Amino acid sequence: MAIIERPAPGTTVPALTPAAPAITPSRTYGALRRPVATTGWKSWLFTVDHKKLGLMYGATALFFFIVGGLEAVLIRLQLAAPDGKVLNADLYNQMFTMHATTMVFLFVMPMAAGFANYFVPLQIGARDVAFPRINAFGFWCLLAGGIVVNLAWFLGGAADGGWFMYAPNSGPVFSPSKGVDFWTLGLQIAGIASLTGAINLIVTVLNMRAPGMTLMKMPVFTWMITVVQFLLLFAVPVITVALFLLTFQRSFGAQFFDVAAGADPLLWQHLFWIFGHPEVYILILPSFGIISEVLPVFSRKPLFGYPFVVFSGAAIGFVGWGVWAHHMFASGLGPVSVAVFSLATMAIAVPTGVKIINWTLTMWGGKLVFTTAMKFAIGLVVLFTIGGLSGVTHSVAPSDTQQTDTYYIVAHFHYVLFGGAIFGIFSGFYYWWPKMFGKMLNERLGSWNFWLMVIGMNMTFGPMHILGLQGQPRRMYVWTEARAGEGFFNLGFWNLIASIGSLILTVGIGLFLINIVVTARSKVRAPLDPWNARSLEWMTSNPPKEHNFDSIPHVHHLDEFFHRKYEEDPTTHTMREVASAEDVLAELERNADKHIHMPSPSYWPLVLACGMPFVALGIIYSIPVAIAGGLIMLYALYGWALEPATAPESDFDAPSSNGHAVGASHG
Amino acid sequence: MLRPATVMRLGHHMADTATHEAHVTSTGLSNVKLGMWLFLGSECLLFGGLISTYMLYRGRVSNGPTPEQIYDIPFTSVSSFVLLMSSLTMVLAVAAAHKKDDRGTNLWLTVTALLGATFVGGQVYEFTAFYNEGLGFTTSLFGSSFYTLTGFHGVHVTVGIIMLIALVAINKRSRVPGSKSETVEMIGLYWHFVDIVWIIIFTLVYLIPV
Amino acid sequence: MTTDTTHNTAPSHGTDHAVEHGMSTRGYINIALILAAITALEVSTYYVDFGPLFLPSLLIMMVVKFFMVVSYFMHLKFDNKLFSWLFYAGLFLAVGVYVAALATFHFFLR
Ligand code: HEM
Ligand SMILES: [Cu+2]
Repeated sequence: MAIIERPAPGTTVPALTPAAPAITPSRTYGALRRPVATTGWKSWLFTVDHKKLGLMYGATALFFFIVGGLEAVLIRLQLAAPDGKVLNADLYNQMFTMHATTMVFLFVMPMAAGFANYFVPLQIGARDVAFPRINAFGFWCLLAGGIVVNLAWFLGGAADGGWFMYAPNSGPVFSPSKGVDFWTLGLQIAGIASLTGAINLIVTVLNMRAPGMTLMKMPVFTWMITVVQFLLLFAVPVITVALFLLTFQRSFGAQFFDVAAGADPLLWQHLFWIFGHPEVYILILPSFGIISEVLPVFSRKPLFGYPFVVFSGAAIGFVGWGVWAHHMFASGLGPVSVAVFSLATMAIAVPTGVKIINWTLTMWGGKLVFTTAMKFAIGLVVLFTIGGLSGVTHSVAPSDTQQTDTYYIVAHFHYVLFGGAIFGIFSGFYYWWPKMFGKMLNERLGSWNFWLMVIGMNMTFGPMHILGLQGQPRRMYVWTEARAGEGFFNLGFWNLIASIGSLILTVGIGLFLINIVVTARSKVRAPLDPWNARSLEWMTSNPPKEHNFDSIPHVHHLDEFFHRKYEEDPTTHTMREVASAEDVLAELERNADKHIHMPSPSYWPLVLACGMPFVALGIIYSIPVAIAGGLIMLYALYGWALEPATAPESDFDAPSSNGHAVGASHG
Repeated sequence: MLRPATVMRLGHHMADTATHEAHVTSTGLSNVKLGMWLFLGSECLLFGGLISTYMLYRGRVSNGPTPEQIYDIPFTSVSSFVLLMSSLTMVLAVAAAHKKDDRGTNLWLTVTALLGATFVGGQVYEFTAFYNEGLGFTTSLFGSSFYTLTGFHGVHVTVGIIMLIALVAINKRSRVPGSKSETVEMIGLYWHFVDIVWIIIFTLVYLIPV
Repeated sequence: MTTDTTHNTAPSHGTDHAVEHGMSTRGYINIALILAAITALEVSTYYVDFGPLFLPSLLIMMVVKFFMVVSYFMHLKFDNKLFSWLFYAGLFLAVGVYVAALATFHFFLR
């Protein structure tokens, strides 16, 4: 190993000559010694490396994707035929609540956080994020939060109030199990991950860009992630307030949503949707960012109208704050409010449309390469447009009053969420897999994966438009033959189609999991630059070294990597290759920085996050447990405050004498 | 060709590396300071939500006392004044820290912590008095939202006090004068923020009747 | 982050930007005195009848105090504008959304 100047236990200490200044592997001030493992499970548990944390976010999210997917399949099995017997009413309520909660908070958000963690520092030419330990802390909070929310399954039943948990239905009277308590406290903990992550990534993007990387030279993915972090920064505290109020009501007898005491249940709705609408952009914009990277690469053209894509993304983020009450059209807001929010909602379709036009024009006249990543990206453009159009139909308040709480809404948000957010994430999987793991996902399996998902998704969610317009309410655990209607609009037929579709979807996603295994077993290494890519994250080895870049690149162009490989031929005005990816990398390595300090691993983020589930359980069951959790956290904060982020000079391995050795391998 | 080659990754920690940070970041601004301002921006939405909840519910008293019946304006005015003055002492601590005057820093930090503790003590007294006059957390919507809002603020002040005391302790052990000046500045920002939240609460909650 | 950085472990750099937000101790005390005076005026509304000026004057004094602390004690007035942007984004967003939400409850018509 060598190389990264970080103390390694066992290996370095004996190697020291007695004459050398004493290298204490881990001199800490107060609490525990600093962890130093660079391989094995410890190197993951205590890591502060943004790439490892990105993968940990991704793995956690993928796990919850499977959980949420199985919950969805159970829902569809229950509704496949009249008078379903798979789930009873109570379990059904828990199932759709936890399905949505899991998908939104424990899959799409953490998966986007994973991609952001991994790729934002790479795309801006940084070696890590601004606050690596806080980054690790965020990940552990997410995991702790996800566990707490799901723990309720085993302790008397999960949350059952729907993912927006409207009051007063979420109160102790209507939801007597502990599920909602686990839900509020778990999401509270997961929220810490989002908030700290937001601060961390914004500071990273503002402060840690490589020389020359101006804001308008940043890749669109990084831009969209930045917009998302601002949305999180300001939206998370709103849901935090709402969740606290609900916790105080359920656990300590406060009256916030107790209608009998004169409370206004709309207060919850406002707080939830002030957070909730920005949240839908938090879910979709990372995927918009991903395909804005993928489409140009596989169209062999630069992104059409880069500034428009960036500014429309920012505009969506901004206008997204003024439309929340379109989720409340049917709640009796009054005509003025409804009219205002209706207009604002229609307006938001404009920047979204701008993006779709830009993507289309990016492909226009390009030499399209239909890799799996590209297929998913095109799939997003098409399916999201369908979902956006049904979204515009909800923005018209009178028509929305017909649609609210029917399957039509379910159809809409699955087109934007599944066809949008999830297709973008899959595009990202196929595109970035070689970067993250050094191996390409199998393209043949990928193609099957894609087509089964497209067919499955349209079969599942397409019919829901019809079901909804026929009046099938969402969140009903059975439907009966007697009310199913006749002919083309028979509910039974379309429900069955939707359920079959969900099984096809499951097979499609299963193929992806198989693909992961097949790829992991395969011996074939990915080429350095498999897609002929354009942005900085590809200007590193596969997977990147621990310190990302041997020397920090100086950036002169948008699509810097592309411009290092290609130059315009002055006579023909076409781009011709002047350097291979290997050449570009070799150049960076020749100039390698000799002395690279990476932030050192730490126990404290994990310990600090570990205290939180105890606080949550204590609030639910018995306050002393909460106090114990609090003490764990205090201890962790004490250790954290006294431990420098980067181990002092004397802690490090002696610098390697030649630049080439820097980062020759990593654990 | 070898570039001048030492890169030191800085500023991952609130306290120790931040001071030289300003020289290496893209904006020239310190990571922690940017992070702190972002955090405070975010806190605006937290307190905004709590204040709005209180404003919506302050008149809904069920059978319990009304705000006018229990608020003790002279008393709260004094404790508000104490908190306001703690902002002055805090700013003097920051100024001393920038001058590498560790003695002055520690002195002003301690005074700030004491003023803060006085404020929190006043709040504890106030809560007890209100409780005895019949306003419990579960008495009415007014009670629930009053205690939640002011309680959240009180917790923020308490966290600030703990940070101040810890900072004094760490500062005393540090051998390099002024080495914690940026941390002092950061805790200062937090402290002033808590103060401005109280400026709003004092007016909206206490001075303006329902 | 740049490549041409110093290799700097000594925390001695903190000073050269310390002086730049120019306010003297005297200045801080003056600000505090003004704040105290406004607070006294605020409290006086409890004892003296301000008539129709009651609500507006209280709100204005609140805002003035708020921005004085932010500008002078928190240095936003002297610091890089980026800090102001980030903080005021949160502040004005909060005011915007919560005022709108309260408006839907007809809060301001009561
Ligand atoms: C063109 C852009 C969009 C418009 C105009 C739009 C409009 C709407 C409206 C008006 C509703 C409320 C329907 C109701 O319950 O009465 C709604 C619901 C919803 N939207 Fe969208 N939307 C758009 C994009 C998105 C995106 C990008 C996502 C997420 C990725 C999303 C996710 C949702 C979800 C989850 C709901 C369900 C809320 C519920 O449970 O009632 N929407 N949309
Ligand atoms: Cu919305």
